[in-house]
Amino acid sequence: MAWLYVAIIVISTVASDLLQSWEMKRQGEVTDFGVGGIGRLLKLLLTKGPLIGSIIFLAISFYAFLALLAVADLSFAVPATALSLVAETILARLVLKERVTPARWGGTVLVAIGVALLAL
Amino acid sequence: MPTTSAASEKLVWKTRLFAAIVVLTNVTGNFALSWGIKHGAAMDGSAWSFVRVIFDPWVFCGILLLSGWVLSRMALLSWADLSYVIPVTSVGFVMNAIMGAVFLGEIITPTRWLGTLCIVGGTVLVGLTAPKTETQ
Repeated sequence: MAWLYVAIIVISTVASDLLQSWEMKRQGEVTDFGVGGIGRLLKLLLTKGPLIGSIIFLAISFYAFLALLAVADLSFAVPATALSLVAETILARLVLKERVTPARWGGTVLVAIGVALLAL
Repeated sequence: MPTTSAASEKLVWKTRLFAAIVVLTNVTGNFALSWGIKHGAAMDGSAWSFVRVIFDPWVFCGILLLSGWVLSRMALLSWADLSYVIPVTSVGFVMNAIMGAVFLGEIITPTRWLGTLCIVGGTVLVGLTAPKTETQ
């Protein structure tokens, strides 16, 4: 059961971030940080399909994490988050066509190892 | 590189500022939520308790902070690569560990210090790359 929750967490986290990054790149760089700018971001969040989807996946991932904590230790749950860091970088390369430089790969793997160590 | 310095320098600092806001709102928001849940805002699993819990001051603050987290992350992702944002904002794991030690009396073992060092090292390594690869 625990591994099923891990799979749900990783897949929904990755889906949420890919959708958010993809739609925000399409919207273009945010430059207005006043009240109007924040209002515009809120409006995007409530009207753009990919952003609504990203929030739904975020909620699924959040509740799956709570469910995982009910059946497994935090020391098992947190390294699962580290898995999604690496999965997201691979998909940022494949789906979003980002240029992931060696420094980024190295840094991401280092962060994932660190997150796993924190849970020991 | 002197030719691109002004614009890219500005983007780098804007990116660092927003990455800091993303991390701070996430860590403080999660902390406020868990503090509220552990001190008073009891959840008994009933539908009513899910509504009532929102009006606990700590939980309410946590929700506000996490709303700020979603919006600042949206803004950051409007210009910075996902493969940059993910590792850089992971420094939040370190802050969570430190807040656990300071406020909840958790002990940071040598293994955890090593993990912290890896995360900070990885964050710095990625943070030194350009946030937006298309401009390179």
